[in-house]
Amino acid sequence: MFSKQKKIGRAEKNIKHLTIALAGNANVGKSVIFNQLTGSNQIIGNWPGKTIDRAEGTLSFEGQDIKVIDLPGIYSFSTFSMEELVSRDYIALEKPDVVINVLDASVLERNLFFTLQLLEMQAPIVLCLNQVDVAKSKGMIIDKDKLQTSLGVPVVFSTATRGEGIYEVVREAVKVATQKPKPRPFKYRKELEERIEQLKTLIEKENLSLQYPSRWIAIKLLEGDSKITEIVAVKSQAVLTASKTIATDLQKSCQEPCFSIIAQERYALASSIAANALQQNEIWTTFSDKLEWLTTHRVWGYFTSAGVIVGLLLWTFFVGNALSGIIADGLNLIQPVDPVLTSQLPILAIIINGVWGGIVAGLTLVIPFVIPFYLLLAVVEDSGILTRVAFMMDSTMHKIGLHGKALIPIILGYGCNVPAIQACKIMETRRERLLAAFAITFAPCSARTIILFGMVGLFVGIHWALLLYVVDLIVIFVLGRVAMKAVPGKSTGLIMEMSSFKRPSAKVVLKQTWARTKSIIYVVFPIYIVFSALVQVLYAFNVLAPLSDALAPLTVWWLGLPAFAGVLLILGTVRKEFVLVGAVAILGTSDLLVGFTPVQLVVMALVAMLYIPCVATVAILGKEFGWKATAVITAANIAVALLVGGLAFRLLSLFI
Amino acid sequence: MEQKSTQDYLKAIYGLSKNGDLISTTQISQKLNVAPASVTEMLKKLSEENYVKYSPYHGSSLTEKGLQEAKRITRKHRLLETFLSEVLHIGKDKVHTEACKMEHTLSDEAEESLCRLLKHPDICSDDGKTIPACDLPFATCEECIKLHNQGLEEVGKRKENLVALSELKEGQPGKIQFIRGGHNVLQRLLDMGLTPSTKITLIKAAPFNGPIEVLVRGSKLAIGRGIASKVFVEPASKESA
Repeated sequence: MFSKQKKIGRAEKNIKHLTIALAGNANVGKSVIFNQLTGSNQIIGNWPGKTIDRAEGTLSFEGQDIKVIDLPGIYSFSTFSMEELVSRDYIALEKPDVVINVLDASVLERNLFFTLQLLEMQAPIVLCLNQVDVAKSKGMIIDKDKLQTSLGVPVVFSTATRGEGIYEVVREAVKVATQKPKPRPFKYRKELEERIEQLKTLIEKENLSLQYPSRWIAIKLLEGDSKITEIVAVKSQAVLTASKTIATDLQKSCQEPCFSIIAQERYALASSIAANALQQNEIWTTFSDKLEWLTTHRVWGYFTSAGVIVGLLLWTFFVGNALSGIIADGLNLIQPVDPVLTSQLPILAIIINGVWGGIVAGLTLVIPFVIPFYLLLAVVEDSGILTRVAFMMDSTMHKIGLHGKALIPIILGYGCNVPAIQACKIMETRRERLLAAFAITFAPCSARTIILFGMVGLFVGIHWALLLYVVDLIVIFVLGRVAMKAVPGKSTGLIMEMSSFKRPSAKVVLKQTWARTKSIIYVVFPIYIVFSALVQVLYAFNVLAPLSDALAPLTVWWLGLPAFAGVLLILGTVRKEFVLVGAVAILGTSDLLVGFTPVQLVVMALVAMLYIPCVATVAILGKEFGWKATAVITAANIAVALLVGGLAFRLLSLFI
Repeated sequence: MEQKSTQDYLKAIYGLSKNGDLISTTQISQKLNVAPASVTEMLKKLSEENYVKYSPYHGSSLTEKGLQEAKRITRKHRLLETFLSEVLHIGKDKVHTEACKMEHTLSDEAEESLCRLLKHPDICSDDGKTIPACDLPFATCEECIKLHNQGLEEVGKRKENLVALSELKEGQPGKIQFIRGGHNVLQRLLDMGLTPSTKITLIKAAPFNGPIEVLVRGSKLAIGRGIASKVFVEPASKESA
């Protein structure tokens, strides 16, 4: 027991750490349990794929510190996605002391399919049957003892959202982790089992010295798992040849590809275990089913989807509008950037204006716009409606080379593009992640909302601001189509679980909003402060004016903007709303009509909305997709902004 | 009015009917541009030949034999349409009539080659309708797929009279028989519980060729239309749900 702990606790002071991993299907409540256990604020929500990277936390249980790992939700240990690979390698190679397999009690059979794969890996597990309340409401009663006997592992019921059963799960998990009971081996049909055994014997004889259990390697080889085949090929050709012979033989005798035979076997077993443990199986129509009917209805469904897609924007806009009015009054007292200071005491200006400007910009962004958005987003997310929107919009999304699920990260992009681009990992291929991320760089994030509101809504008219939203959505669609044609590859189809509707819990919603707001603050404030200071440096060395002169052909001639707009656009690369903040600073008044005509305000806002994604977005794009792709995306953004801005200027000049 | 063949009638009824609905004489007469009296006469003949179940005043439906024949000819028709428009770039307006003429003379062998040439299409490029799965024996097609297709695999067994999952009616259950697709998609479908011989019920089909929602093994899944058209099921009646 101690030898293993040494490995796990290498970076820890306390050597007595146990490690518990949470694993299971997507959307079964792993993150809810994780948050309950560790008191963290791991993002949760009622759509599959929230947990992107594994999260770590610590739990103190009866005097000992336990490390808890929240693994992403997966359905299988194949190589379909990165999450599956990462999770199986974590369990097989890093060997947590115990795996809590969280199951959705209302979809027992499908969840047990994954449990069987955990058992194949010989992981020490505890079954946590979560959402028993949902199962009960559907008329399902599960016999815990029967399940326990047929699987040979401890089973605990829980309703994690209410904290029920959490203590029991941990107690059982600690028991398994310390006592290490040998998991009872289970067997498949003779025809398959004999062949697995045959291959397993050979693997053990060949002594591959791999960290994975040999029976599991045998199964994976028969399945034709590319990764395992690759690893084994290096170690032993004999095993590889044997596995191919055995697989062909099996395939012939069943007239079916091996991977299908094995999946069918697992399901046959899962199905019989589930049937045995289910005492009653009478499906009742629940409130969730009725909502389901409405949200996927051929007419009402589109209203719901449009409601979510547009409603979130309008909500942010109007609530932001109301709140920022109040805050602006307060901020009138404190000028964000003091121009006098800038000209007289450059060094002090760098510090004071930089830091202070950054903080003020952050506050005016976060409080009125980000918080209301995340609040409503958490409600929407927690309810489960997002999967329905993805369902309804799938055919539309196919027009831009994506499937319905891509809409979820794009909607997240309304808040901030950065986490939205990270959430693109729910898409299956790199091409789709790239296309979705590209669409997100145009998504009207809260910084853009501020510009639209502060420049256009306030000085030109609310309807003009709303019109720009429409323009933005059109741009996303059109460019999405162009990108689809430009990026080679085929689109994959949608396969997504439709989770049950849930009534959003106030506690979860508030916690989530705070967690997101906090992460925005952590990411954004330092960037704000550093770059505000940098801009002050540029100011001090008088670099900005020549720069904006250099940009004049573009800004003045093509876009019809005042010359100082060049400076604003440079400022805006840091954070979009700096365009607005900078305009106020340069004009020395918050009445923008002093420096702009209404047409110029609309064009300015339009260009600011579309051009270069802010530095934080560029950074995350670079991290996820490499610098080449990022450069292309950024160039595309600039080109589109200039094109649309120039056209808008010429068009608007005709009418206004 | 020109004479319409048995095959034209079967094709028309197949095109009109979705999962065993009764088709009225008027519908057929409109579709084929034939006088109702001639339709009635032909339906009687087809019913005698055991292609159609015909009950006067109620309508008609295809028998097993009729369905098989209709699917065979519809498949040829839609493959030909796809071929004519995608390979030969013949104008949309002419594709249908042309295919109507060619379908009667196209041999099964030529059909198979055509299918291979077009890389096993599932959807007719002319009208976007599903091309019925080929009824060729499994062994032949497995070879066909293995030899000539990039990365397409199949699980399960072909049987006669299967329909694509996307063709089920809302609320209608069926039994999965075989699935065709890339390895990753197949693996994912199997992982999600869509294994051969599993009962599956179509809950909802989104409009505009959107995805379908199905109930399988107690879980609800959304599946894109493209994938769903490659999952073939043996339909059951609604009552047996």
